[in-house]
Amino acid sequence: MTTTTKPATPVAAPTRRLGAGALALRQGRLEITQFLRSRESVVFTLGFPIIMIVLFAAIFSGEIAPGVSYTQYFITGMIATGLMTVSFQNLGIWIPTERDRGVLKRYRGTPMPKWVWFAGKVLMVVAIGVAETALLLAVSVALFDLTLPATVGRWLTFGWVSGLGVTACTLCGIAISSLARTARSGSAVVTPVALVLQFVSGVFFVFTNLPGWMQQVAALFPLKWMCQGLRAVFLPDSFAAREPGGSFELDRVALVLALWCVIGLALCLTTFRWTTKRDG
Amino acid sequence: MDDQLAISVRGLRKAYGDTVAVAGVDLDVHRGEVFALLGPNGAGKTTTVEILEGFRQRDAGEVRVLGSDPANPEANWRARVGIVLQGTGEFDELTVGEVVRHFAGFYPDADDPDKVVERVGLAGKAKARTHTLSGGQKRRLDVALGIIGRPELLFLDEPTTGFDPEARREFWELIRDLAAAGTTIVLTTHYLDEAEALADRVGVIVGGRLVEVAPPKELGHRQEALATISWRTPDGTPETAQSATPTALVTELAARFGGEVPGLTVTRPTLEDVYLTMIGHR
Repeated sequence: MTTTTKPATPVAAPTRRLGAGALALRQGRLEITQFLRSRESVVFTLGFPIIMIVLFAAIFSGEIAPGVSYTQYFITGMIATGLMTVSFQNLGIWIPTERDRGVLKRYRGTPMPKWVWFAGKVLMVVAIGVAETALLLAVSVALFDLTLPATVGRWLTFGWVSGLGVTACTLCGIAISSLARTARSGSAVVTPVALVLQFVSGVFFVFTNLPGWMQQVAALFPLKWMCQGLRAVFLPDSFAAREPGGSFELDRVALVLALWCVIGLALCLTTFRWTTKRDG
Repeated sequence: MDDQLAISVRGLRKAYGDTVAVAGVDLDVHRGEVFALLGPNGAGKTTTVEILEGFRQRDAGEVRVLGSDPANPEANWRARVGIVLQGTGEFDELTVGEVVRHFAGFYPDADDPDKVVERVGLAGKAKARTHTLSGGQKRRLDVALGIIGRPELLFLDEPTTGFDPEARREFWELIRDLAAAGTTIVLTTHYLDEAEALADRVGVIVGGRLVEVAPPKELGHRQEALATISWRTPDGTPETAQSATPTALVTELAARFGGEVPGLTVTRPTLEDVYLTMIGHR
């Protein structure tokens, strides 16, 4: 009976800590679950572009250029707006609420690596962004005879313009979240910015019909370039001549959006706060 | 570094602008101890505790918590410390079970989420969205998230504020269980009975200074204070006397009355009495 060996290892071995990838995926799933269960977010983020396109298609009909219906033009602006809503507006409104309620502080009190929280937000934005864009395209094809891109090249352009645009808007949304001091001020900070950008960037109107100074202002921000990049995807090549630069300027689209990614990242790294000001 | 110390603080100072919140605190908390920090609002309790938790930066002083400097802790330090903050955020759209399970995933050696939910008395609410919980139930969820990682050291910042008396008693049992299992516990509280019921030692912090640290029964030299003896004279008039030797007086009274002394009470100052004296309210 007596032996010198150690007692058997405990039956319940301690649970191994999850790997980095698993942590990020769990966090993403949690964020998506929270998003989908919050009815306001679903209605305003997913529903808004659909409502807008139904309204505008009913108000404006006809063609803005030979072979280009107003709807075909407007869908590009709505996809861009939708992507900005799901990333910039969504995060800029939600993060101050979480910070104010102390959710962020609670995460900071756990061994969760900081980046996991950001990864969760990014996964949520990407998942909702893809779902929202797909829904918008489906509705537009079904109701408004939208012509989908016909070549692989156009789909690739669709991919990188959306990806780069969402990245820039996500980083800017996280950055602007630090401006709001309380939960309620988040939407007061973000909504006017988003609304003004939508008007000056040619989401609702043909961009070249806007006053020159307005076009200049819009060119400083990402939304105008997202819209322009998406026009290269959904409008015929002949429409390029009607762009401000006489072409879709995809190289410049890439440059400006990448620049905003850098600016957004720099702002995030320097200004992000896990606690509110009164928390010290 | 003394391995028997869970917390060691020397000369801790913290100011916000011109306001000095912590003005030179020295403090040792032993492993396995339940330590209560008492003090009026604005005395520096929360600032002190949040520096120990690594949430705030100190201006000066030496701080060691489980052997690490909380301002720059070693890798798995966070996994060894459990934190229940004052009024931290809820996850309105998630259920109790989901939140606890999610947080369990952050720890290398987490406890069983279902067991923890049951332990804090939320078993019946495991499938309820957290926004449907009452104030006291939310606080229990806070505690569940504080202990899910099986911490060696647990901070509780005013844990029972808003509890009804029954819930407080249940909560005290939970803290006693954790302490019995070897968890070091640091709690701040406004309730003196809570400190008396739970704490091995109590520290009283006033104006950013720790004015006394002692077991609850010895605080303010309570056990040496004069006893107050009250009784009624045969015509019913209340009488009171103070004495360092109450037994002698009671014996004398018993002889005078030939047995029972009507309305006899013998009291020492309560923890509340000595505490209020310390913080300058008497």
